[in-house]
Amino acid sequence: MIRYKWSIVVILVFVFTLPSVAQEDDASDLNSLFSNLDVHGFYEIRSGYRTRKDKYEKDMSVMEQRLQIDLSSYLDWADFKVKGDIIGDLVEEQVDFDLREAYMFTRPYDFMDLKVGRQTLTWGTGDLVFINDLFPKDWQSFFIGRDTEYLKAPSDAAKISLFSELGNLDIVYTPQFDADRFISGRRISYWNSNLGRLAGRDAIQHTDKPDRWLRDDEIAVRIYKNINNYEWALYAYRGYWKSPGGQNASATQAIFPDLNVYGASVRGNVGKGIGNLEFGYYESDDDQSGENGNINNSELRFLAGYSQEIGRDFTAGMQYYVEHMLDYSQHKNSSPSGLTHDRNRHLITVRLTKLLMNQNLRCSLFTYFSPSDKDAYLRPNINYKVTDNLAVEAGANIFFGDYPSTFFGQFRNNTNIYTALRYSF
Amino acid sequence: MKLLPASVVIVVFSTLLFAVNDSNLPETITDVATIVDKANIMAYYQGKDGKAKVEMTITDKKGQTRNREFIILRKDIEDGGDQKYYVYFLKPADVRKMVFMVHKHADINKDDDRWLYLPGLDLVKRIAASDKRTSFVGSDFLYEDVSGRNLAEDAHELIETNDKYYVVRNVPERPDTVEFSSFNVWIDRKTFIPMKMEFYDSKNKLYRIIESQKVEPIEVKEGERIQKFPTVVKSVVSDLSTGSKTEMEFTDVAYNINLEDIFTERYLRRPPREAQR
Repeated sequence: MIRYKWSIVVILVFVFTLPSVAQEDDASDLNSLFSNLDVHGFYEIRSGYRTRKDKYEKDMSVMEQRLQIDLSSYLDWADFKVKGDIIGDLVEEQVDFDLREAYMFTRPYDFMDLKVGRQTLTWGTGDLVFINDLFPKDWQSFFIGRDTEYLKAPSDAAKISLFSELGNLDIVYTPQFDADRFISGRRISYWNSNLGRLAGRDAIQHTDKPDRWLRDDEIAVRIYKNINNYEWALYAYRGYWKSPGGQNASATQAIFPDLNVYGASVRGNVGKGIGNLEFGYYESDDDQSGENGNINNSELRFLAGYSQEIGRDFTAGMQYYVEHMLDYSQHKNSSPSGLTHDRNRHLITVRLTKLLMNQNLRCSLFTYFSPSDKDAYLRPNINYKVTDNLAVEAGANIFFGDYPSTFFGQFRNNTNIYTALRYSF
Repeated sequence: MKLLPASVVIVVFSTLLFAVNDSNLPETITDVATIVDKANIMAYYQGKDGKAKVEMTITDKKGQTRNREFIILRKDIEDGGDQKYYVYFLKPADVRKMVFMVHKHADINKDDDRWLYLPGLDLVKRIAASDKRTSFVGSDFLYEDVSGRNLAEDAHELIETNDKYYVVRNVPERPDTVEFSSFNVWIDRKTFIPMKMEFYDSKNKLYRIIESQKVEPIEVKEGERIQKFPTVVKSVVSDLSTGSKTEMEFTDVAYNINLEDIFTERYLRRPPREAQR
């Protein structure tokens, strides 16, 4: 109900602002749209293999050619952008088109920005750890070794930004729920708690996704202010668990239960480096009491991070992150397939990045390590810019774990190495 | 003999006087602090704000070149003091539309604040900026060459005054924070533009040279008057130890363009018109 009201507010804002910016239509608009057109993109070949035998998945982890076309143009009153990828995918044995961005941006007033359409959205202070950023992620692309850029899946949304001396406000309205491109078993094998074993292409997760236009919507709000270059922010989100957060009573379909999130963050100089703190309260709205073992428990999530330059062109970053289940005893008693989670999931991340050869060679290692789950995920990567246009890279996604059901441990058999070549234009 | 009217005599004389004065050197300054202050203002603080398009060509010792192109916007908080910089990348293609922003602090105990915006991820990143003597975008120019080295970082000594230049020797106050032992600057006596800098390593060997190869007057409106600001439009740095060289050329230079405070997250995520068009 409340969701429905929100959507009306957002639509009203559009109805009132759009006519003020979209002045008289005329043929010269179309002409300037073409004369201002800027065409860019890249062509990429990427191939990767599993280093361990995985009986539920193919040996090839990624094997694709990708052509990205990026068109941008502008008129006096607005900017336009369309960016899409054509992918020839040998793992899926298909040709795919992925529209990454298609939006209009305008500054109708000094105090307002408006971006409507398909867009990539990011906020929050974590480095590859997200608390208040509830925009869709593509975990599958992340784990099979695509460029980190693909961790962010696009949203079909309207973003209204209001600016003032007191503070700034972002409102992102997504009229139809945009889920993560989550781990379904298609490309990455995972722990299937119903089967009590690892599974993959043999047990691709079926989901019941909320998809009613303007009813199954999402709204995300951020209020932020920079005070002496300390960036403070408050967040609120009303929508759904972005990756399946439970299953239906008959355990045949994964579901996306209601989720509300309230949080805060701060980021700024600490000593010689940059420090950040972020907090979020995840309210699992369909299971307030935590009694339903089929639905995710409510959680508190907390993150503390610090990064610093530790040598010439050499930076190190470290984060501590914890997920704390709020109704643990109820969850424990009601869990159908026995207990699979600890009350607290602790996670430590370390990032090391070194630039060499006039910054044309980048060596980086990102590590996730959970002392409570006893699992780890390593992302080494080497990228060399042969020329201004041509880059080659090699990397790996390495998973460790003592148990087959933990967050990273379940992906052990998906450990892979990859290499890529990209020509940008 | 007919006498010339007095007014004509005065005009002729004053013109002569002026001409003589003009061909002569300007008044000689002997105070090194005044010289380096004026040079610092000319190099980094002309006008209250400014804009330029920068094309950079990096040539390594094998002759292979790489190019960078970006728009740079600057706004001064105070002459000789804090400044804000906004750099919008146009080339190469893989960093197109990336934004680099700096809030520069004149207090030597306070690190600059730096941000990076990555458009592919819509990510606003904060970067730790303790070392200002690292390469700017992989070129032979260092961050400090682009945004200016704080005068308080060095002890200055006027070692020569000739027809064209004041030559100032600079020795770092905190030698452990830099890779050079000293550097000399040739400051133009008329314009106060630093025309050449020579850097010496710990063995007192010359290893790095920055030269202002082309200076042009840029017309600027200051209130009702039109003024001309002499501006370096071509600058070259040579690294003698690596054999690498970077040329920086400035076009579309403009001053006093009335920049709003665009040095915020709002404009990181979506560049201002001054950067795009």
